[in-house]
Amino acid sequence: MPGEDRERDWQIGKVHRKVDAMERMRGITRYTDDIKLPGMLHAKILRSPHAHARILSIDTSEAEAMPGVFGVVTGKDFTIPYGIIPWTPDENALAVEKVCYVGDGVACVAAVDEDTANAALRAIKVEYEVLKAFYDPEEALANRDKALTINPYARKGNLSKHVVLEFGDVDDVIDNSDLVVEGDYFFEGTTHGAIEPHCAVAQVEGNGILTVWSATQVSHYLHRELSKVLEIPPHRIRVIQPPLGGAFGGKSEPFDLEFCVAKLALKTGRPVKLLYTREEVFYSHRGRHPMKMKYRTGFTKDGKITGVAAKTILDGGAYSSFGLVTTYYSGQLLCAPYDFGAYRFESTRAYTNKPACGPKRGHGSVQPRFSIEIQLDKAAAALGIDPIELRRRNDLGSDTKTVNEFRVGSNGFVECLDKVETASRWRERRPTLPYGQGLGVAGSTYISGTNYPIYPNEMPQAAVQICLDRSGRARVFSGANDIGQGSNTMLAVIVSEELGIPLDDIRVLSADTDLCPVDLGAYSSRITLMVGNACLNAAQKLRRKVCEAVAKRWEIPRKRVVLAQRMALDRENPERNVPSAEAFQWAEADFGLLGEVGSYNTPKDRHGDYRGGTIGASPAYSFTAHLAEVEVDPETGLVEVKTIWVAHDCGKALSKRIVEGQIEGSTYMGFGEAIMEQHVVDPAHGGVHASPSLLDYRMPTFLDTPTIDAMIVEAADAQGPYGAKEAGEGPLHSSIPAIANAIYDAVGIRLDTLPFSPPKVLAALEERRRREEAGELAPHKADRRDARRSA
Amino acid sequence: MSQAALLLTMTVNGDPVEVAAPPHWTLLEVLRYKLDLIGSKQGCDKGDCGACTVQLDGAPVLACLTLAIEAEGRDVRTVEGLSHGLGRTKVHPLLDAFDRYDAAQCGFCTPGILMAAEALIRERRAPVSRQEAAEALASNLCRCTGYTKILDAVVDASAVMTGGESPDENEEVRDAG
Repeated sequence: MPGEDRERDWQIGKVHRKVDAMERMRGITRYTDDIKLPGMLHAKILRSPHAHARILSIDTSEAEAMPGVFGVVTGKDFTIPYGIIPWTPDENALAVEKVCYVGDGVACVAAVDEDTANAALRAIKVEYEVLKAFYDPEEALANRDKALTINPYARKGNLSKHVVLEFGDVDDVIDNSDLVVEGDYFFEGTTHGAIEPHCAVAQVEGNGILTVWSATQVSHYLHRELSKVLEIPPHRIRVIQPPLGGAFGGKSEPFDLEFCVAKLALKTGRPVKLLYTREEVFYSHRGRHPMKMKYRTGFTKDGKITGVAAKTILDGGAYSSFGLVTTYYSGQLLCAPYDFGAYRFESTRAYTNKPACGPKRGHGSVQPRFSIEIQLDKAAAALGIDPIELRRRNDLGSDTKTVNEFRVGSNGFVECLDKVETASRWRERRPTLPYGQGLGVAGSTYISGTNYPIYPNEMPQAAVQICLDRSGRARVFSGANDIGQGSNTMLAVIVSEELGIPLDDIRVLSADTDLCPVDLGAYSSRITLMVGNACLNAAQKLRRKVCEAVAKRWEIPRKRVVLAQRMALDRENPERNVPSAEAFQWAEADFGLLGEVGSYNTPKDRHGDYRGGTIGASPAYSFTAHLAEVEVDPETGLVEVKTIWVAHDCGKALSKRIVEGQIEGSTYMGFGEAIMEQHVVDPAHGGVHASPSLLDYRMPTFLDTPTIDAMIVEAADAQGPYGAKEAGEGPLHSSIPAIANAIYDAVGIRLDTLPFSPPKVLAALEERRRREEAGELAPHKADRRDARRSA
Repeated sequence: MSQAALLLTMTVNGDPVEVAAPPHWTLLEVLRYKLDLIGSKQGCDKGDCGACTVQLDGAPVLACLTLAIEAEGRDVRTVEGLSHGLGRTKVHPLLDAFDRYDAAQCGFCTPGILMAAEALIRERRAPVSRQEAAEALASNLCRCTGYTKILDAVVDASAVMTGGESPDENEEVRDAG
């Protein structure tokens, strides 16, 4: 673990006020839509009303002639395709030959105001030849008619990606198991729902540099794709991510609006802003892939998993987005936290005529986690083993490898299980809860960043630059995107810990490609581990210089100098101290201007040596256990989730309350997916979105959300700064199957498809009743029915 | 767009304001585009998310569904108003509680929630419970926090602002002190 002997507890693990929260609450912070530039135009995008159509002609002449209209662009202005994954560039900023889903961008107008731009959109004439649309992934995959290939850049029909990986002789192992559990699962599509809609502003500066402000969580990748599509070298483009109003994966690739404002600013010579309507946010999507999953799992009679076989169809929508990675993740991230010897997954991603799916918090692994954790619950019930105990028996342990050869360092999974078991009083309460009430448990794991960047290169994955000055202040320059998760505060906490100055004296400047070193962005839960390590690296270099300068003047060994409480102190004689500013001045006198860079790259020995073995491998893994308490009303089918206990192993909580907030927010988001969220289009109405508003797409409110009891577990990992691992995505996963398993405990029904809405609950209860009457099943909790609703 | 602008008179955060705006403009548009009060946010522009919540004569309203002319002659208070007159060093107790609990993650829904919560506490004139706060804030969506820390902060602030004891025996609240 990095670090030298010193006072370790000045900042790490404490509660902090975030470095940027107060200005947000005062209403001063400028988010992207709050940027207002002199002469700024407003742009709007004309979108396809058809799910699948060829564009025969576009006539923009009438729109261009309208007063107040300054520029119009169409697909002809953006003929170079792009894609967040370099291997799958399969979309254009605006449609070139055809549209692939309702909402595909066709033309964009910049005008004096939004009303004028909208009026101009209505004056654009587009002639379409409507094609048969595919809404079902299996039907799309079966299509052999080339004229109906959805994505014009697709290499093979409507197949987006196909992956098969096998470890051990799975079928044989499962066939010879004491118990085989088979299940068919369906995970519904869901979307991010950040409260801030996507927004971008572009301006050509006096020196010809194109500046793009965007509500993005990946400024570096946006920078690269802008350069490629606009054919402007990257050093002539500056990308700035202003403070962001939530993302959750929904802003982790370039969108049409960024290319459009950039092109229109270049064309018109005036600043251009484009703000998505909420409806456009829903259509742009890139959210959770619907997945149809077939699982076969073998167990010994003692509840040990012998092997897992998984077959998954991913409904990808019109474009690849991160789909290549999602397809791998749907299998690669399943193995931990469990130890088993044989595994195979086959995952197939299809193009369909729907909004493209991509990464949402817990990218690609929330869906398989849903399946496997219900499989384990079914096995526990069949074998008469306590579900927590069954998971303990399968614990992977620490400093080991998964069946697909990912090297796992620290592992606090069993402690997570212990914590939720104790806090919920599982052992006393579960056997006595009446019919209609239940407790369910589930576990999960997630990556702390990926071992390899999206585009192959050997440069650092993260870099930070820190400057100290004679006022006693530190400035931290980081390319990382703070999307509300608090990464700027995390960096300040590390600098504070190392240099002994309070958070107030630290200014974090982030996500500006002109000012900051390259960082890959806020995705795959990489920032705390990777950017944290880079920051620690730079801060330690500065600390050594400051300590050395102080030690020289006090004529003591450097190791005796402690930096804390805005002072440098002599460890053996704390009465002797000097203010930080003076210590920095001594160091500046000795070493010149105080600036250091730190960088971090991943170890390359954490994965198996097979094709695809690098995808999903991470320097360190977090672990989570969720335990949900539900009450199911058998008359209405309503599921009320009363409490979720969640324990998460984040290695080391650098800032306690911020970590709790990540655990709570993740758990809530999983709860919403379990109970109410559904991102679907309506094939009966030509593929329009079924619920493109925050009223119709139901997200949990203050009143819906259960009590969430978040507990931190710290199994420090040698790879992380101070042992830290991720906390922002892992604690979503098992929230969902814990609720499913609690519903089973309450009323004896298995809900293998999401969400757990009243019609599904009622249908499953009816089915159970029928089977009970037919003598196939014993009545669930027969002895505990009278006590129901005694409270 | 072609309609002539109306001259509107209202009080905004205690200051008398005269502002010209087209008759179809919402209060949110006037606040954000004419008065540069960017603290009120546009999350959905159709009354679903609550991020634009401001106070009209002390009561919370959705600024995106309120026509600016409805504010004629009335008292408008936005999130900027909570810090009005406090200078840079003093902090409104509600903001202070949100800050202590890290109740604002991305902060985009926060201005609306602050305005709804401040109206609740002022109207109740007593410490509020978690359930009361949740009911009063049910039309404000937050996607980051899972609401937990927001309720912690509102309950805590209500006790501070009204000088009473919190009705909840809440460990988190004591923990923060």
